[in-house]
Amino acid sequence: MDSLRRYASIIDDFDAFIAASERPLSHTVRVQTSRVSVDRVVDAFEEAAIGCSPLSWRESIIELDIDRPGLTLPAFLGWVHGQEVVSCLPAPLLDVVPGDVIWDACAAPGSKTGHLIDLIEDVGTVVATDDNLGRLSALRYNLERLGATAAIVERADARRFDPSPMGIEAFDASLVDAPCTGEGTVRKKPSALDDWSLGHVESLGNVQRGILRRAIELTKPGGVVLYSTCTYAPEENEAVVDAILDDGGCDIEPIELPFETAPGIDSWEGTAFDHRLTRARRIYPHHADTGGFFIAKLRVAT
Amino acid sequence: MSDDTSTRFDRVPATGGDDVTPDRDAILEWWEERFGIDPSTFEAHTFWERGRGNIWCVYGDHPDPFEAEGLGMVCLRTRGRHWKPTTNAAQRFGHAATSNIIHLDRSQADSYIAGGTQSIAWDGDWGYLLVATSVAGDPAILGVGQFIDGELRSVVPKGRRREMLDRSSESSP
Repeated sequence: MDSLRRYASIIDDFDAFIAASERPLSHTVRVQTSRVSVDRVVDAFEEAAIGCSPLSWRESIIELDIDRPGLTLPAFLGWVHGQEVVSCLPAPLLDVVPGDVIWDACAAPGSKTGHLIDLIEDVGTVVATDDNLGRLSALRYNLERLGATAAIVERADARRFDPSPMGIEAFDASLVDAPCTGEGTVRKKPSALDDWSLGHVESLGNVQRGILRRAIELTKPGGVVLYSTCTYAPEENEAVVDAILDDGGCDIEPIELPFETAPGIDSWEGTAFDHRLTRARRIYPHHADTGGFFIAKLRVAT
Repeated sequence: MSDDTSTRFDRVPATGGDDVTPDRDAILEWWEERFGIDPSTFEAHTFWERGRGNIWCVYGDHPDPFEAEGLGMVCLRTRGRHWKPTTNAAQRFGHAATSNIIHLDRSQADSYIAGGTQSIAWDGDWGYLLVATSVAGDPAILGVGQFIDGELRSVVPKGRRREMLDRSSESSP
């Protein structure tokens, strides 16, 4: 947890933050509601005497009292996907509807891609790219299990992705759930911080800027580009979005989330960011007992 | 050719296919004749081949040929003498089926999901069947089984086989 100390100045009640980060995360699944009702999934878990409680603010996320949700009928049937709460936040913010053509730029292993498929009811196209061949097989496996026929999976470095051979000139919306240092994932993976280094943080910033810039270029005027990470480092969050706002070509919009979150910051270690970054949201484990996360909603200029 | 060595998809022809590379009409007819699935179930989808006899199903239409790691889902293997639907396609489209569906009780279903072969009473067709069990009061299609000589063989892919967790049979502490 020592590498998280650098955030003591920007996180309220830092001791509570560290204490929450040391607690394991509860196990949740997201229901593929275009395939099955939440009630039927709850009944199916109850038939197997598995304790389950849908979250009050979003019933399609169900907390389970087991630690292997994959060993259940609803998972085998592709009705649910084991997915932590913060991972369920980005897709609905893209404002997609059936028929849309969407880019998920860093898609593997496919939790958020599957969520996007659900939101468009498997009608339309979600182009899911990732640059790691090993992770692509997990992506394909998860999407097919969730019954996705509207997904196209392709190996690509998102910074240079060209969808024109697919007959796609621009996307209605894009999701950049960027590769990151994963500081916010320690509750499910305690080793997440073991190889943390400032050099890694800074080099990822360049990759993240490249991907986000490409997503802005490939998204239609007026379309949403959602940027998210599961890390706290401002170098990977506000600094990345700040550079993209600086390019012009997009604005950042306020986000409504159903639980307490913190605003994005507008300065870090002597560097000032565009004040609009306070519209982004920082999600800390001690606020709503979740993993850590960062979300910024960008709208491409018309 | 292995399913995963090529990234080239070719749309199946509208008509004039052969035994291994079927045309669209033949695919629709097969789902209807074998399982009673109405062709309209697939009206928004197109079918593609990647590697001989591996048929994929994707929402909408796309440029032909198409290069990708995945285009929708693999739905059907047509290389063998008998066409074999995939587990994922059975789960995705099986709700529309009306024939050649074998219903299992929960313990039979658990054995099927784990990959087991079991003796079973069935007086319908042999060959590939859809396998269903009751979940929360209604039937749900689990996948595909091969019925031969009084036995139902699970064809759930190895990577999807699971030992189901069911605490309902455990005694209370």
